[in-house]
Amino acid sequence: MSDHPDLTKLIFGRLSWDAIPFHEPILLATFAAVLVGGLVLLGLITKYRLWGYLWHEWFTSIDHKKIGIMYMVLGLVMLLRGFADAIMMRLQQAISFGDNLGYLPPHHYDQVFTAHGVIMIFFVAMPIVTGLMNYIVPLQIGARDVAFPFLNNFSFWMTTSGAVLVMASLFVGEFARTGWLAYPPLSGILASPDVGVDYYIWSLQIAGVGTLLSGVNLLVTIIKMRAPGMKLMQMPVFTWTALCTNVLIIAAFPVLTAVLALLSMDRYLGTHMFTNELGGNAMMYVNLIWIWGHPEVYILILPMFGVFSEVVSTFAGKRLFGYTSMVYATIVITVLSYLVWLHHFFTMGSGASVNSFFGITTMIISIPTGAKIFNWLFTMYRGRIRFELPMMWVVAFMVTFVIGGMTGVLLAVPPADFSLHNSLFLIAHFHNVIIGGVLFGAFAAINFWFPKAFGFRLDPFWGKCSFWLWVVGFYFAFMPLYVLGLMGVTRRISHFEDPSLQIWFQIAAFGAVLIALGIGAMLIQFVVSFLRREQLRDVTGDPWGGRTLEWSTSSPPPAYNFAFTPVVHDGDAWWQMKRLGWQRPLAGFIDIHMPKNTGAGIILAGISTVLGFAMIWQMWLLAALAFVSLLAVAIGHTFNYNREYYIQAADVARVEAARTEQLASHV
Amino acid sequence: MSDAKSYDTYNTAAAPLRFHQETEHHPENGTLLGFWLYLMSDCLIFACLFAVYGVLGRSYAGGPTGAEIFELPLVALNTSLLLLSSITYGFAMLEMQRNRVNGTLVWLAVTGLLGAGFIGIELYEFGNLIAEGNGPQRSAFLSSFFTLVGTHGLHVSCGIIWLITLMVQVKRKGLIGPNKRRLWCLSMFWHFLDVVWIGVFSFVYLMGVLP
Amino acid sequence: MSAHTDVHAAHDGHDHHHDPHGEHHDDGIGHVSLKGYMIGFVLAVLLTAVPFALVMSGGLKDSGTTALVILGFAAVQIVVHMVYFLHMNAKSEGGWNMLALIFTAVLVLITLSGSIWVMYHLNHNMMPALMDPRNLP
Repeated sequence: MSDHPDLTKLIFGRLSWDAIPFHEPILLATFAAVLVGGLVLLGLITKYRLWGYLWHEWFTSIDHKKIGIMYMVLGLVMLLRGFADAIMMRLQQAISFGDNLGYLPPHHYDQVFTAHGVIMIFFVAMPIVTGLMNYIVPLQIGARDVAFPFLNNFSFWMTTSGAVLVMASLFVGEFARTGWLAYPPLSGILASPDVGVDYYIWSLQIAGVGTLLSGVNLLVTIIKMRAPGMKLMQMPVFTWTALCTNVLIIAAFPVLTAVLALLSMDRYLGTHMFTNELGGNAMMYVNLIWIWGHPEVYILILPMFGVFSEVVSTFAGKRLFGYTSMVYATIVITVLSYLVWLHHFFTMGSGASVNSFFGITTMIISIPTGAKIFNWLFTMYRGRIRFELPMMWVVAFMVTFVIGGMTGVLLAVPPADFSLHNSLFLIAHFHNVIIGGVLFGAFAAINFWFPKAFGFRLDPFWGKCSFWLWVVGFYFAFMPLYVLGLMGVTRRISHFEDPSLQIWFQIAAFGAVLIALGIGAMLIQFVVSFLRREQLRDVTGDPWGGRTLEWSTSSPPPAYNFAFTPVVHDGDAWWQMKRLGWQRPLAGFIDIHMPKNTGAGIILAGISTVLGFAMIWQMWLLAALAFVSLLAVAIGHTFNYNREYYIQAADVARVEAARTEQLASHV
Repeated sequence: MSDAKSYDTYNTAAAPLRFHQETEHHPENGTLLGFWLYLMSDCLIFACLFAVYGVLGRSYAGGPTGAEIFELPLVALNTSLLLLSSITYGFAMLEMQRNRVNGTLVWLAVTGLLGAGFIGIELYEFGNLIAEGNGPQRSAFLSSFFTLVGTHGLHVSCGIIWLITLMVQVKRKGLIGPNKRRLWCLSMFWHFLDVVWIGVFSFVYLMGVLP
Repeated sequence: MSAHTDVHAAHDGHDHHHDPHGEHHDDGIGHVSLKGYMIGFVLAVLLTAVPFALVMSGGLKDSGTTALVILGFAAVQIVVHMVYFLHMNAKSEGGWNMLALIFTAVLVLITLSGSIWVMYHLNHNMMPALMDPRNLP
């Protein structure tokens, strides 16, 4: 080989041609498809000369609206990958009985379920939630952007960097085989010496930086940048839930960062925090990671509760019932979410006193959520309900989430949990609440706010197809899992001996196919809506009769959001403005102070990706270089004091005049 | 808050409601609050590390205990250096408040040197332990000790790099608004690290030598 | 750090030299005084010296009590740092600084005490050998 084996090791670490899965046909086929698809995409972008446009208008944009859309795109693309993992599992479990070993060997299956969980939580749900908050909150509070626009851009690219690393693990090396939380000692260096767990650690650490900074950003935005007159108790409910969510992000993600850092120290430096020898204690990892993990699920669901509040009040044509109790319920959930974490490991052996404490707190935390459901129902009662798509998703959410919530309260009883922990019952429960709550909420939000972001509504027919396929598919896919769980079937198993179980898995697989069609219908919905956009056009900026300030802007809003900062006198500010016959000002525009675009975010995240990859493959030279350049670029960026510019009043006037024309055309 | 409230009651002909502001709205600067919130998150990272130390801190695995390896006089010296550096940063802030660039730079430099002294002593302590075979791989106690104290040291080191960068920026651009905000943020960071150190010397060193 | 509003924030980079004492109140940056720093410093030195002296001279008879004393002094010194060095008060940033601090303090307490409580029980039930720390090689 080389004359300098040490130099090769320094440069390439443990990366070699063996890392490429030439012997795995599924992966090779996937790689080929990605390669072809990717080349086509890159080719089209080059052909239509869109690189400059993409770089200047999107990648370097610090506009919260553009960043919000990019987060949503990331989330939806990763949904496809995460769902591919899901359908692979359903297929394997439907056929792998007795002599039939299925098509996924355990070595591969274990990576699939790990990747499925990691991707769905960190690279689908989190980006979608962050994207929604990013797009909507500044508009709802009457602000021009978030408090730290550059940091916003940086946060997005760091999240993307994490996703890139996870995707890279498909084709270079492999992913973790430990489940989405990577418990030691299985995730320790002795049981998992390969790169899989390192991919896991680095992608989450990098994405975690983005998430934490985004939490700080949005919280400061809500505290400091509300329009004059908007008191806390006059904020839209979505903004309230965003506030609590970002508090949770700031308070929970550091714990994840710390725990993963400790795990990586055990792996890289041979320390003994979570090992089996020399005093390590793997149970401490489980304890700490769930101190993060429980608030995390509330981070995912609280914004969706906010979405439902906005949608229900808009489509029932009524002010939200019990605004004050909604706010307090959200705050109570935020605080209580820190007192329940042990219910994720009742069976680890902490004993009756500890278990009963956490069982009781877990049951208590279901109460404020229940209060919210009643508030939504009371809002709908005697309202004039329009069953547009967002409202349909809300109804589906209410039914589905309540079922999932009830099974959660069942699991909160420690003796019951002793039988059901890590069974398919648990899997059914959390998919019930996450799909019913987070995903249905995402779809409601997308259908609700898409016209605001793009200027045309989404096609209702394909939307309804997607809706029914998803809802029916969900029930077919997950109700059998409750049955299986009660029969004692454990999670994460790729092969079964008992043939009486097979019919349930086959029903679940059928459900997964329906969901796949539902996703397909959603993609078709996007395409068809784009093609039919003139018929679906919204020129008013307020297609649904909205109640909050984002609906006072054009669709899409101009870069500066509001020509004049709104002044607020009551909750449901836009509703009040409409009722009192507010007229848009047509003159007197002023220069508007705006932050400049910057490439620093994508560059820093790009270097971080290289750093992560280098650390994973132990390419120390590259890692050192990446680290130094990261520091240099970051410090260099702070020497740039010239980060703002003014939009001239004349330009504002022009944009506003165009809007006046557009409004006039809709008579 | 029911629908019964009439919006119209507050919109009278005499005092019509304004729904937009005709002058440019300048929201309050959020940098200091944002940095404080980041510090709170950093607090939680340290809380985890303290928790790990709390749980694993007596798992000696047959290796040395705290009483056997902690040199309290050295720790006392370290603590004094850090505490002094906090007060010298305070002097830098006083100079900044009086808009004296050179005064600010001098006190910042002193702070940086004291911080470097702190790190130097810590490296000396760690180096000795490792050379004796009592490195972080020896036992869970030592792993959690090195991690907690080492993370604190890493933060101080980052603070020193930041301090040097800020000195350059203040020299170049003077005590303009953004620079003052940054100095104030670094001040919060520096004092916060001293607060964490109080926890470290109390919980780790002083309690660690107790039987 | 009292929150000063829009007018000053609007003029980033345009330093205003109105104050006859040469002190600024831009951007919510508070007012520091030599007296405050010196009081804080003296208190901190005392609150550090006492526990160090206590432990280095052998400590009290009961190490549990010694530990509590050490932690007590630490808690007081943390408050001293918060007030005199970090200028913590209930008004800065409209009370949000204090609220964030209290919330964080509560979570730190839960994380620390919760972990220690839970792990104590887990260790007792699941790893009895661990309870005698000098057992293993």
